[in-house]
Amino acid sequence: MLENAWIIPAITFASFWLILFLGKRLPKHGAEIGIAAVGAAFVLSCVAVAQWIDRPATEMVTAATGAGEEHGGAGEEHGAEPEEHGGAGEEHGAKPEQEAGHALGQVRILAAEADGEHGEEAEHEVEPIRAAVERNVTWFSIGGIDVTVGTAVDGLTVVMLFTVTMISLLVHVFSTNYMHGDVRFTYFFAALSLFTTGMLLLVVSSSTLQALFGWELMAVCSFMLIGHWWEKKENSNAAMKAFLTTRTGDVGLLVGIVTLFFAAGQTFDIARINEAALSRGVPQTALVVGAAALLIGVIGKSAQFPLHTWLPDAMAGPTPVSALIHAATMVVAGVYLVARLYGVFWSAFDIGAGGANPVAIVGGITILIAAALAFVQRDIKKVLAYSTVSQLGYMVMALGVGAWTAGIFHLFTHAFFKGLLFLGAGSVSHAVHSFDMKADMGGLRKYMPTTFATFLIGSLALAGLPPLAGFWSKDEILLGAAENGYRFFEVLGLVGAFMTAAYMTRCVYLTFFGEYRGHGHPHESPPAITVPLAVLAVFSVGAGFLNAPGFELFGTLTENRVYLRAGVPHHPFEVFPAVVSTVVVLAALALGYLLFFQRRLPRGVTSRNPAARAGYGLLVNKYYLDHLYTGVIVGSVKGAIARGAYWINQKVIDGVVNGIGIASKRAGGWVYRHVDQEVVDGAVNGAGFGAEGFGGILRTIQTGRVQQYGALLFGATAVLALGLVIFV
Amino acid sequence: MDALDDLALTAAVFLPLVGAVVMLLTPRRQETVHKVIALLTTLATFAVGVYVLVRFDYRRADLLQFNVNASWIDVINSRYILGVDGISLPLLILSMFVCVLVVIYSWNHFPEPHNPKAFLLLVLVLETGMNGTFVAQDLILFFVFFEVVLLPMYFMIGVWGGEQRQYAAIKFFLFTLFGSALMILSFLALFFRGGQTFAIQELIAVASDTIPRSTQLLIFGGLFMGFAIKVPMFPFHTWLPDAHTQAPTQGSVILAAILLKLGTYGFVRIAIPILPEAARVWAPWIGGLAVIGIIYGALGCLAQSDMKRLIAFSSVAHMGYVMLGIATLTDFGINAAVFGMVAHGLITGMLFFVAGSVKDRFHTLELSRLGGLLIQAPRMGWILGFCAMASLGLPGLAGFWGEFPAILAAYNPAPGLSRELFRVYMVVAAIGTVFAAGYLLWMLQRAAFGTPTKEFAGHPIPDMRWPEYLAWTPMLLLIVVLGIFPNLLFGLTNRAVDTALAAFGGGG
Repeated sequence: MLENAWIIPAITFASFWLILFLGKRLPKHGAEIGIAAVGAAFVLSCVAVAQWIDRPATEMVTAATGAGEEHGGAGEEHGAEPEEHGGAGEEHGAKPEQEAGHALGQVRILAAEADGEHGEEAEHEVEPIRAAVERNVTWFSIGGIDVTVGTAVDGLTVVMLFTVTMISLLVHVFSTNYMHGDVRFTYFFAALSLFTTGMLLLVVSSSTLQALFGWELMAVCSFMLIGHWWEKKENSNAAMKAFLTTRTGDVGLLVGIVTLFFAAGQTFDIARINEAALSRGVPQTALVVGAAALLIGVIGKSAQFPLHTWLPDAMAGPTPVSALIHAATMVVAGVYLVARLYGVFWSAFDIGAGGANPVAIVGGITILIAAALAFVQRDIKKVLAYSTVSQLGYMVMALGVGAWTAGIFHLFTHAFFKGLLFLGAGSVSHAVHSFDMKADMGGLRKYMPTTFATFLIGSLALAGLPPLAGFWSKDEILLGAAENGYRFFEVLGLVGAFMTAAYMTRCVYLTFFGEYRGHGHPHESPPAITVPLAVLAVFSVGAGFLNAPGFELFGTLTENRVYLRAGVPHHPFEVFPAVVSTVVVLAALALGYLLFFQRRLPRGVTSRNPAARAGYGLLVNKYYLDHLYTGVIVGSVKGAIARGAYWINQKVIDGVVNGIGIASKRAGGWVYRHVDQEVVDGAVNGAGFGAEGFGGILRTIQTGRVQQYGALLFGATAVLALGLVIFV
Repeated sequence: MDALDDLALTAAVFLPLVGAVVMLLTPRRQETVHKVIALLTTLATFAVGVYVLVRFDYRRADLLQFNVNASWIDVINSRYILGVDGISLPLLILSMFVCVLVVIYSWNHFPEPHNPKAFLLLVLVLETGMNGTFVAQDLILFFVFFEVVLLPMYFMIGVWGGEQRQYAAIKFFLFTLFGSALMILSFLALFFRGGQTFAIQELIAVASDTIPRSTQLLIFGGLFMGFAIKVPMFPFHTWLPDAHTQAPTQGSVILAAILLKLGTYGFVRIAIPILPEAARVWAPWIGGLAVIGIIYGALGCLAQSDMKRLIAFSSVAHMGYVMLGIATLTDFGINAAVFGMVAHGLITGMLFFVAGSVKDRFHTLELSRLGGLLIQAPRMGWILGFCAMASLGLPGLAGFWGEFPAILAAYNPAPGLSRELFRVYMVVAAIGTVFAAGYLLWMLQRAAFGTPTKEFAGHPIPDMRWPEYLAWTPMLLLIVVLGIFPNLLFGLTNRAVDTALAAFGGGG
């Protein structure tokens, strides 16, 4: 399966076409095809995971920089101090690379050729890892450059395959009931299949160009699914906003791909780009430009500040779609891209050096600004949406502070509890026909026990309460930040953890506690809905143990060449930071309990305190970013600027054109009347005869066309003659 | 087979004319007969195209094949030279292909004042002109075919067009003729200064050595005017929105799919190979106008309230990418340009088809009056959505391969061109993709989403009919197939482009 990973996206892609053309004629209207296909993809992904675990570790890799001693578990203590890259190497720079005989892979030799400064690393013992499985065929060739298409499968890929197909499968099952009776049921399932295909294609891609295909395929599917109920303008607006905002980021992605293509020696191959970046065989400027441009793409896709505004609006789509977008596809694509091209980011921003860098800053800001917004939402899905933005901030920050494994581990655990929470919200809305927590919910724990229990597990996992999944991954991120010299970002993360626990307490309270405020009689959802919830709840509890101390399966499995070449430091679990983050979470839960459950909320703060009012206003208005984007930028481009350009087009450019036309028409007419008819013809014809004929000719002229031809031919001949004189 | 090979291109060019003559001799009343003749003629021509495709030697796509070289006008040493290579072949096939589909679509879509005989006759004459332009290897022959195209299109717009057809038709005619006048001047200059020949291949060999550099620049300027107006490039584009808006659907499709390519093809086939040094000097200016066109065309789109006019402006933007690719003078850029020509032909052609069918049903293309097409005619609505996605350059569909490699090429233009300048162009072009998404989705939202406006709410709107299925399915399929397997085209153009760029050391 590792070699034939292309089959997995191919299955779901075939499913898309089958549902589209056959779906409506089938008894379940296409859902059966979708579930069968994604189920098959899931099984194959599990096979891929198993094969990856079985794969013998044969590849020897050493770090490209002086941080080589980080491996083998000896170097953890030094992680916090920035390594003197290059400095140490220069001293030994004169040392020739005798390690050629050393049994290292091709990578090592490449590195030695590219950069002989670090010859001494060869002395270190290195642990073998599982080699990535690559398989490429030529896609097309231009000017002697073969552009390939293919699959590159390593630990990160199989983890993503597993996560994506599993979440997608559960979403499919959930949707059979949730979307039952929808006008476009079949179409919905077709789009789900295509969406899954996009993400699967992205994660198996061996080249940036191919990744772009998956990336954009998801953009289209999100457009289709967010705008699923396009009869309403606000839904199609939300779909457009999602597409256009991510596409704005894609400008960066395009520029980044192009820049790296040339920087890495005319290749789209991800492994080669990473290698070029890590071996410092690339001009630093090109690398920084490429990484910064890619980061813009990531900001758009992974809804990072300041391009996060599309994600909450994307709630206009059906809830299962939200679950799919937020848990396993689309938004995590950006995070995945950073993780995949980590060599580029690592070298460009010198992540190993500590301090601060654009990736960490973007992630850190996003954590806080999104968490703050989650407090003022009435709509349960919007709370979850801002929570996703905030959690994506954690992942991006993790990658920014050099906690690579922690970042993707958080991606992994988050998929389960966020999927769970969204599907839970869907289950609730299925019962109360609304998403408004304040108006239509409350006290639902009595009516929907399963939904309540699973939602609670999801919330606590999200809040990061030990020993649930979110705790382990978040803790790893914070630890990584602290140890790698990013103390400030650790504090940011802790503040974010506090806010997360608090807003989820509010959300759980408003939804499940107190008195029921809605209409009708809410009831528990059927098994098609509750079973996926239960499955996800199990994973939300257990997934974190995969990388718990003493086990660390996840870290070992995902270790890849880039990770080791970059010399990303690895830190084992530490008790003290874990206790700190647990205390923070507990404090937040306690505060949330007091504020929301006990109603010890200080009343009327916003009306008495102007600062609080201003802050609240800022949050309610989402930092006015939407006003800026929709009102000011889009408004002016679509309105004044476009109209201005069109005015220039019609009045200025066309004015010149028409002016020339009219002028030559007049000139031609004048020549015809006065020169041709009067002088030339006049000499031939008698004056009396001419006066009579003149009227007739004039009538012909006034019909227009004859005259214009005349004018034009006259002009053309004149130009022609002139040109001949000049040229010849 | 060799005898057939010699005949192939001549047949490809003049078969449509034979059909036209037969139609001329058939009484006007027999409409079905006319349709059948036109269909058979275009199909036969297309069959010749298939024959050429089969017999073409793909390993030597850089060479002109199916060559014909006969004496024609001895006085001026102009010869009847035909030939195809990897650059002209895709465009020739596209032209034949689109003509078949246009005739099929016409089956029940004759615009007022009806008259299938005259209408289809014009289509056939157009085809002769277009096919001829793509295979002519002699400048005078090229010029003749280039101009043959003008008149039928003029009449098509002027007779079967919308309300302001007269203005649009004359504007189209005069604008292009003005460019042609300068172009023929340049041809004559090449003749007199480049060794008394009009044969393109001979001129490639001698022109850049024998003509003084300053004169080369002037000659290139004349060629530029002729081709740039046809493309059309900003600021010579204003004939296009009028022509497109007023032209009947079939006219718009042919205009977008083929006629615009005559200009860009001229750059790749004639201007750049013959005068590479001048091309290098002109390239930054061409690139600049191209990216202005990208953004400017997009802004023009956003200001439109008429669907057809919007699509017309989008052509200005899309041809901007093609011209940017050409201006880089690199293999990636020009391959992208040829791909972009074909892709734009298919995609924008499709958009005009759909717009025509919408107009047929609603008798308006005012976006404010439309809405909910997906409810009333879902299949047509989804096809519109698909074409919008293709047009905005979605990876996986044909349009992407015209845009992305052009952007890529701008990062590293040919030696001698300013990298900094072209990198600015690259970023602007990349930003243009956002604009493209903006206007296309906006159009889609207003036309297809939402609910039908009160005006049309109760009307039964028929969804697609068989001529539409028949005419559109091949185009839609090609858009997908080329998007996934770009090598179908790149494999054809790659070597030929290298030859065209020989003067630049095979590109950057």
